[in-house]
Amino acid sequence: MYVIIAGAGKVGWNLARELIDKDREVTLIERNHDRFRVVEQELEHVVQYGDATELWVLERAGIQRADLVIAVTGDDEDNILICQVAKEKYGVQRIVARVNNPRNHQHFKMLGIQPAVSATQLIMRLIEHEVPEHGLVHLLALEEEHLEIIELEVLEGSPAVGRQISQIQLPAGSLVISVLRAGRGFVPAPGDTVAVGDQVLLILDPGLESQITPLFAPLGVPD
Amino acid sequence: MFILIVGCGRVGSAVAKRALDAGHEVSVMDIDPLSHVRLDLDETSSWEDSGGRFTVGTALEVDGLVAAGIEQANVFMAATSGDNTNLVISQIAQRRFQVPRVVVRVSDPARAAWYSEQGLQTICPTQVAIDQAERVLLAL
Repeated sequence: MYVIIAGAGKVGWNLARELIDKDREVTLIERNHDRFRVVEQELEHVVQYGDATELWVLERAGIQRADLVIAVTGDDEDNILICQVAKEKYGVQRIVARVNNPRNHQHFKMLGIQPAVSATQLIMRLIEHEVPEHGLVHLLALEEEHLEIIELEVLEGSPAVGRQISQIQLPAGSLVISVLRAGRGFVPAPGDTVAVGDQVLLILDPGLESQITPLFAPLGVPD
Repeated sequence: MFILIVGCGRVGSAVAKRALDAGHEVSVMDIDPLSHVRLDLDETSSWEDSGGRFTVGTALEVDGLVAAGIEQANVFMAATSGDNTNLVISQIAQRRFQVPRVVVRVSDPARAAWYSEQGLQTICPTQVAIDQAERVLLAL
């Protein structure tokens, strides 16, 4: 697998190191000359000097045969452009983009740049995972694959309490994949019973949340 | 027509003034409040008194674009100093706000050529300069 990484900041440099450790072929592109010199001391020919939004720089790096392009510069416009060109001009199969300003996430999405990863959003998700505000946490959204994984806390008085997994009337297109109880997770059998305080992980078609939430929260309580 | 121009540099401000003189409604947006001075240069009345609009904002912020009137715009021009910024915001204008006519300034001839193949109306000053220099310098 051949990987091109645009931007040799902390993220890009460390990604390159990890991928090289895993025996992937990597080219890292950095446009700041001082930074390039520093990274070159360690990575030598793996890092190339240039602006990865210039088509000839991408071509020199061999984008035509790249399997994966990762755009992790500090500039959202540059990351969008690099990924757009990689995907649409050079037919690169997989792209990953970094979102620096979470407000720009909508632009990545609209222009089909997926997955787009934002450190702010990832950390927010971790915080929400610790402190679920409305009982429901989105753990993972696989937008291209049209799947989501959510976590729900089972609340006192909800229809699911005391029921066996197989008896919970889940909508078609959703499935309980794991239960976390007292800090430990297990994959439940159809006959296992759900208890108050359990964290239930479900995989589902996006959009089914509103039908699923009432099963694990007391009736009449808005989610 | 309502024309929204993002980027109040030499090109953006000059096009804005001409459009206003031609009787169009013109709104200009720039990240730098001081860029407004270009709109008043060599004019007898101020940009606003002449009927022009000016908004300070970053082009990628949707709120700023809306405040500058993108939802009413018939024409959108991306003329900031950044090629990639121009290419991204012009696609936002085209796809998200469905502005009927979108023009984007791109300095790099290679990017300008490819994006124009993708359906963006690009203007490449570098290419114009190259062609002009070739005509002047290599004329027999």
